Amino acid sequence: MYFPARRDWQVATATLFHEETARVRSITFETSAWAGHMAGQHVDIRLTADNGYQAQRSYSIASPAGEGPHVELTVERISDGEVSPFLTDELRIGETIELRGPIGGYFTWDPGSTLPLMLIAGGSGVVPLMSMLRTRHHTGSKVPTKLLYSSRSAEDIIYRDELDTLAGNHDHFCLFHTLTRSAPVGWQGQTRRVDREMLAQVGFDPAAKPQVFVCGPTSFVETVADQLVGLGHGESAIKTERFGPTGDNR
Amino acid sequence: MAYKIASMSQASQLHFCTTANVSLNAEEIVVKVTRGFKGKQPDSGATTDRVPPGQYVTEEFPILTAGPTQQTPLDSWSLALQNGGQLLARWNWTEFEALPQTERTFDIHCVTKWSKLNTRWRGVMFDDLLKAVGLASAPLMYVMAHCDGGYTTNLPVADLMDGKAMVATHFDGQPLSAIHGGPARMLVPHLYFWKSAKWVRRLVFMATNAPGFWESNGYHISGDPWREQRYSGD
Repeated sequence: MYFPARRDWQVATATLFHEETARVRSITFETSAWAGHMAGQHVDIRLTADNGYQAQRSYSIASPAGEGPHVELTVERISDGEVSPFLTDELRIGETIELRGPIGGYFTWDPGSTLPLMLIAGGSGVVPLMSMLRTRHHTGSKVPTKLLYSSRSAEDIIYRDELDTLAGNHDHFCLFHTLTRSAPVGWQGQTRRVDREMLAQVGFDPAAKPQVFVCGPTSFVETVADQLVGLGHGESAIKTERFGPTGDNR
Repeated sequence: MAYKIASMSQASQLHFCTTANVSLNAEEIVVKVTRGFKGKQPDSGATTDRVPPGQYVTEEFPILTAGPTQQTPLDSWSLALQNGGQLLARWNWTEFEALPQTERTFDIHCVTKWSKLNTRWRGVMFDDLLKAVGLASAPLMYVMAHCDGGYTTNLPVADLMDGKAMVATHFDGQPLSAIHGGPARMLVPHLYFWKSAKWVRRLVFMATNAPGFWESNGYHISGDPWREQRYSGD
C-alpha cells in the first residue's frame, strides 16, 4: 500500500520551456521540497487570481522517476480550458505557480519489474508513459518494451525526436506510431485508429504476461482496453488513465 | 498553516489572506497570486455555495476508471449484502428492481476536480436495503463495497444511512450505462466520487475501517470534498 505523507502546496518556479508541438509545451519547474516520484504519477497545480479566485488541475509528470528538485510537466493547450492556456501561453520563465505532489500510486511503473512493458498512448496521454520510458532508460532496465502511440498528424507527435533516439538504442524498446488524420508523404507508420488488428500485430502475446499502461482520451482508452481484454490480456494487467475532465470532447 | 512565499519580485505580487474553510482553528493562509491568471470565474455567487473548494463545474459527465470497463449481463448480475462472512441477502436483478425505488437529484464531486450539479438518479436507498433484510440498524460501523473487476472502496455506515446513499441503477431516467458503472453503482454524493463505486456487487459490513483500492493508492481514507480530503494525509 502507498500511504504518502501529506503533500503540501509549495511554490515552484518555471525554469525551462520546450515547445513540443504547436499546442504542447513542456515546463520544467524547480521545486523547493521534492520527495521524489514514481514514473506515472501526477501533480496538482494551483493558480490564484488577484481577487483570490483559485483553480486547480492535475498534470502528469514527464520527467523520470526520482529526480528533484526539478520536475517536468508537459501541458497541452485546451482552447477553452481554464488552466492549460495560462501554462502554455502566459507563464514566463522565472515566474512561480503552486503545486503539490507527487500523487497517485496505481498508474505507476517500477523499474525493478521484469515483466514486458506495453505502453499505449493517445495524444498527450503519452506524457506519463514518457516518464516510464525515461525512467527505463535512466535505470538501464532492459525489459522488452513497446510504445504504440496514436497522434492526429506528424506535427502533433510529442517527444518525437527523443522517442526516435530511445528507439535507436537497441535496448529492446520498439516504437510504433499511428497517425489518425493526416500523414506526410513517405510515412512508414500506421495511418488509422488503434484497433484490434493493430494491437494483435504490434503488442506482446498475452502469454508473455506484459504489464499494460493505456493513457489517452476516454474513447481511446475505452476502445483499447476492451480490445486488449478481447485479445486475452488479463484485466488486472491493464492499467488505464483517462484525461480528465473532458477527454473525449475536445 | 502559513505558507512561506519565496517571492521572485515583491512588487509584482499581491499577498492577501483568506480564511481556511475547515477545522476548529480556522487559520489564515497566505496565498500566492499568480500573475496574469484570471480563470473562469463564475458570474455570480449562485452556485458557489454548492461547489467545494478546488472544484469547477462541468456540464459533461467525465469517465474515469483504473482499468477496463466491466460488462455484466443483467441475468448474471446479483448484489450481496454480508455481515462479515455471513450472507444477509442476495438479490438478483428482478428482485433488486422489486425493492423500493427512490429517485433523487444530487450534486457530485470528483477528486479530479470536476463537479456536476443536479444529477438525477434512481435506485435503492441503503436504508431500504437494511429494511429489506429486517435490520433496524447496521450490525457493524463500516462497509467495504466490492465490485466487478476487483475494485473496492470503504465507507462508514454513517455516510450511507439516513438518506445519504443509494445503489443506483438509473441516471437521468435511463438505465445506467456500463461506462458509468451500470448495471448498478454506489452513489454516495457527499463524498468524492471514487467512493461511488462502479459495478458494485457486494456490500460487506466490517467492524473496523480499512482502505479500499484508491484509499490504498494515495487517496484519502474518508474523501469529504468540503474538507478537501483528496489525498492521503489531507
